[in-house]
Amino acid sequence: MNLTLHVWRQAGATAEGKFEQYQARDVSPDMSFLEMLDVVNEGLIESGGSPIAFDSDCREGICGMCSLMINGVAHGPQRGTATCQLFMRHFKDGDVIYIEPWRSSAFPVVRDLVVDRSAFDRIIAAGGYITAPTGGARDANSILVAKTAVDNAMDAAACIGCGACVAACPNGSASLFTGAKVSHLGLLPQGQPERHRRVLEMVAQMDAEGFGNCTWHGECQAACPKEISIDVIARMNNDYLKAVLATKEKQNS
Amino acid sequence: MSMELNSREPGGPIEKQWEKHRFEMKLVNPANKRKHTILVVGSGLAGGSAAASLAELGYNVKCFCFQDSPRRAHSIAAQGGINAAKNYQNDGDSIYRLFYDTVKGGDFRSRESNTYRLAEISLNIIDQCVAQGVPFAREYGGLLANRSFGGAQVSRTFYARGQTGQQLLLGAYQALERQVGLGRLKMIPRTEMLDLVVIDGKARGIVVRDLVTGAVTSHAGDAVVLASGGYGNVFYLSTNAKGSNCTAAWRAYKRGAAFANPCYTQIHPTCIPQSGEHQSKLTLMSESLRNDGRVWVPKQKDDKRPPNQIPHSERDYYLERRYPAFGNLVPRDVASRAAKKACDEGYGVGPGGLGVYLDFADAIKRLGEQTIRERYGNLFEMYERITDEDPYKVPMRIYPAVHYTMGGLWVDYNLMSTIPGLHVAGEANFSDHGANRLGASALMQGLADGYFIIPYTIGDYLATNTLEKVDESHAAFKEAERCVEERTRRLLSIDGKRTVDSFHRELGKVMWDYCGMARNEAGLKHALQRIPEIREEFWSNVNVPGSDAELNQALEKAGRVSDFLELGELIVRDALDRRESCGAHFREEFQTPDGEALRDDEHYAYVAAWEYKGDDNTPALHKEPLTYEYVHLAQRSYK
Repeated sequence: MNLTLHVWRQAGATAEGKFEQYQARDVSPDMSFLEMLDVVNEGLIESGGSPIAFDSDCREGICGMCSLMINGVAHGPQRGTATCQLFMRHFKDGDVIYIEPWRSSAFPVVRDLVVDRSAFDRIIAAGGYITAPTGGARDANSILVAKTAVDNAMDAAACIGCGACVAACPNGSASLFTGAKVSHLGLLPQGQPERHRRVLEMVAQMDAEGFGNCTWHGECQAACPKEISIDVIARMNNDYLKAVLATKEKQNS
Repeated sequence: MSMELNSREPGGPIEKQWEKHRFEMKLVNPANKRKHTILVVGSGLAGGSAAASLAELGYNVKCFCFQDSPRRAHSIAAQGGINAAKNYQNDGDSIYRLFYDTVKGGDFRSRESNTYRLAEISLNIIDQCVAQGVPFAREYGGLLANRSFGGAQVSRTFYARGQTGQQLLLGAYQALERQVGLGRLKMIPRTEMLDLVVIDGKARGIVVRDLVTGAVTSHAGDAVVLASGGYGNVFYLSTNAKGSNCTAAWRAYKRGAAFANPCYTQIHPTCIPQSGEHQSKLTLMSESLRNDGRVWVPKQKDDKRPPNQIPHSERDYYLERRYPAFGNLVPRDVASRAAKKACDEGYGVGPGGLGVYLDFADAIKRLGEQTIRERYGNLFEMYERITDEDPYKVPMRIYPAVHYTMGGLWVDYNLMSTIPGLHVAGEANFSDHGANRLGASALMQGLADGYFIIPYTIGDYLATNTLEKVDESHAAFKEAERCVEERTRRLLSIDGKRTVDSFHRELGKVMWDYCGMARNEAGLKHALQRIPEIREEFWSNVNVPGSDAELNQALEKAGRVSDFLELGELIVRDALDRRESCGAHFREEFQTPDGEALRDDEHYAYVAAWEYKGDDNTPALHKEPLTYEYVHLAQRSYK
C-alpha cells in the first residue's frame, strides 16, 4: 500500500516546528509502524535528506521508549498497543497519517518526534520505591502476599512509563503513571511503612514538574498500551487523602 | 609483555569459597567511601543494581545509559523468569543441583567456582527482590509460585507473568532512583561511552558523547563497571533491542581488556519467524511456553495442510521422540538445532518453510483456556499482534533467533577484566554460562553480579590499590577525546552511497549464514575473508547524514556498526579456532553419529581470551585452562 505522511519536524527544543509531507510507498501489511518509518528514513538518507528522529528500543512493547501521536491518538488506533507493536495491516492504501511527538509542557521536544520524559524519573526518585537496601532481606516466603493483592499490584506494575497517558490527557496530567506506582507498591505488605510518605512526595513532585490535574476524562486509560485502569488514580487519591489527614493528626498531637 | 590470565579463584572446598573470599577481601572505611568515584556504564539488571548498591554503601556513583531513562535497558524485555535454588517445591533442588545444571547446561565450558557462587547467591536475589516489592506470582496461600524451564528437572523459576525482566529491572531502577533522590548517585542518560581511559595500567575513566548535544566529554573515576549488555546485534536480526551494541566493551578491548569466547552466541529456539526484508528485529516467545506447548512438524515433507487438519498420527513431536527424558524442555541449543534440522530436511512450516509448530491444543484441553490465559496471556497477545494469528486456535509458528551472548570481556573471580579497575558485569562479561546459557539464568547472573558481587570486589580493589589523584585534565583523557572526535569526523566525512543499515544487514547475513547455528571450516574461512571486505567498503562508501553537534541517530548507528564490523571478525576467528562442538558452538565436522555436539575436552577445555594487537595485526589467543573437580565431565545427554 502507499501512504501519505505528515510528520512533525523540529530541529531542537527551542526551534520552531512544522509538518513535512512524505510518501511511504510499497508498505507491507506485516511491517510494524516503526519499520515503515525506518524505510522512509532509508529513502531520506539515500536522497540526501535528513532522517526523522524518533525514539524506540526494544520494539516488543515493553521498554516504553517509543512514543508517537498517530492521527491525534497516542500510540495509534489499536487499543492496548505501543507504537512499536502497531502493524501496518491496521491501515489501508491511500491513508493520510499525521505523526506528532507527545505534546505536553512537562515533556519538551528534543528533536522531531523525540521528547524529554525525565520528569517521570524524578517522580520515581521522589518516592516511587520501597526502601530495601541490598542485603539483609529475610526469606522471600516469610512474607505472605494474597494472590489477589499481587495480581492487582502486577496490573499496576505493568506500566512501561511511555507517557501516552500524559499525551492523551487534555490536562497533561501524569496521574495514571503516578497512580500506577502508588498502587503497585501500596497494595503489597512490603509497601505499607512508606505508604503515606510515598504518595505525598510523588504527588508533590508531579505538581512541581508542571503536569496538570486529573479531572476524570479517562483518556489516559484509553491510550495506555498496558490498559492500566483509572482505578489506580482512585487509589492514589484515596491514599493521598488519608496521608494528608494522618499528617495533620500528627501535627495537632 | 604477555597478558596474564589469573582467575583468582579462592580455592578450598567449593561451598566455602565465596564465604572465605568475602572475609579475606579488604574493606573501605565508611568515611572514605564517598571519596571514591565509581563509573557504571549501563543501567540494566547488572548496571542498575550495581549502581544502586554502590551508592547505598556510600560511594560517589555516576551511571550512564544511552536510552532516555535507566528504566529502558533491555533487561526489561526478559519474559519467563529467574532461577533460584530455593527448593520451595520440595522437588529435590539445591544449590549444588543448580550449580551442576548450569555447568552441564553450559556444556562444561564455564568456571566451576564462579558458577557455584552464582547458584549460592540465587537465594539472596529472590529475598532482595521480594523486599523491594517485585510482584512475583503467588499461590492462593500467599507463597511464591514456580515454573519449569529448559535444562532442569526441578521447578525453580520465579516469575511475574511474562514480564519478569521488567519487574526485576523496575526494582533495581527504583533502588537506583532512590539514590538519585538522596543525591548519592548521578544518572546520566542519553549518553554513550565511546572510550575507556587507562592511566598507569589502571582504568581511570571514560569518554562519552552526549547524544542530544553531541558534546564529547570525559569522566574520571577510581573504578569503572561495564554493564553494557551483549553483542547479539552483530547478526543484525536478533531479539536484542535496536540500540543494544558492543561499543563500550569493544573500545575497552582495544584498550587492553581481553575478549573471551566471542563465538559462544545463543540462538533461542522459540522466536516469531521473520516476515520480510523490512524486518528490524525478531521477537522472542518465552521459553516458559515449552512447559505447556508441544513442538511438532508434519511427518510428511512440504505438507501444506493447515495444522488443525493434520491428525496426531501424522505429526512428529520430534523433541519428545528424540529426548524422552526432557522432552520439550531440552536446553536452548539442543532445541534450536533440532528445529533447524527439521526445517533443513524440508519439514518446516509457514512461509519459506522456516518454522515449526508450538502447539497448546493439548494443554488447553487438559487445563482449560483460562489457565493458559493466566500463565501466558500477554505472550499470546503479543504473538497475535505480530502475526495476526490466534494461538488459542492455531499453533504458534516459531523459529530460532539470535538471543544472548555467553562470550564477553574476560573477568576473574572478582569480575575484574585484564585491565585493573575495569570490572565487567552481566551479559557483558563471559563468566558463568560456558558455551550455552540455561533459560532464566541471565536475570540471575545480572543481579548476582550487581547486587552481591561487584559491591564487595570493588571495595577490595580500592582498598588494596594506591590510586594517584587523576582528573579530566590529564593528557590521557585529552588524547582519548581526540580519538573519539576524529572517528566521528571520519564517519561524517565519507559521504558515500550506502546507508549504515545496509552494511549492518550485509554483515548480519554473513554472520548468520556462516557463524550461526551450525558452522564449518570452509564457511568460517569465507566469512573471515568477507567481513574485512565489507568493513573496507563501509569506511569508503557509507553515508552518514547530519552533523556531530546534534541528536544524530544515523551517526550513533554508524559508530556501533563500525564496531560490529570488527567484532564480527573476532567471533569468526574464535569459532574457527575452536575445533570442537560445545553448547551453542556447533561445528558440523565435530558431531556424534546421532547429530549431537561432540566436545574435545583434551584439547579445548579452556577459555579463549583474545588480546587486541592493533588494527592491522591478528589478535593474540590466551588460554585459561578449565578444570573440573566437582562436576564429572561427560557427554551432555537429555535423552
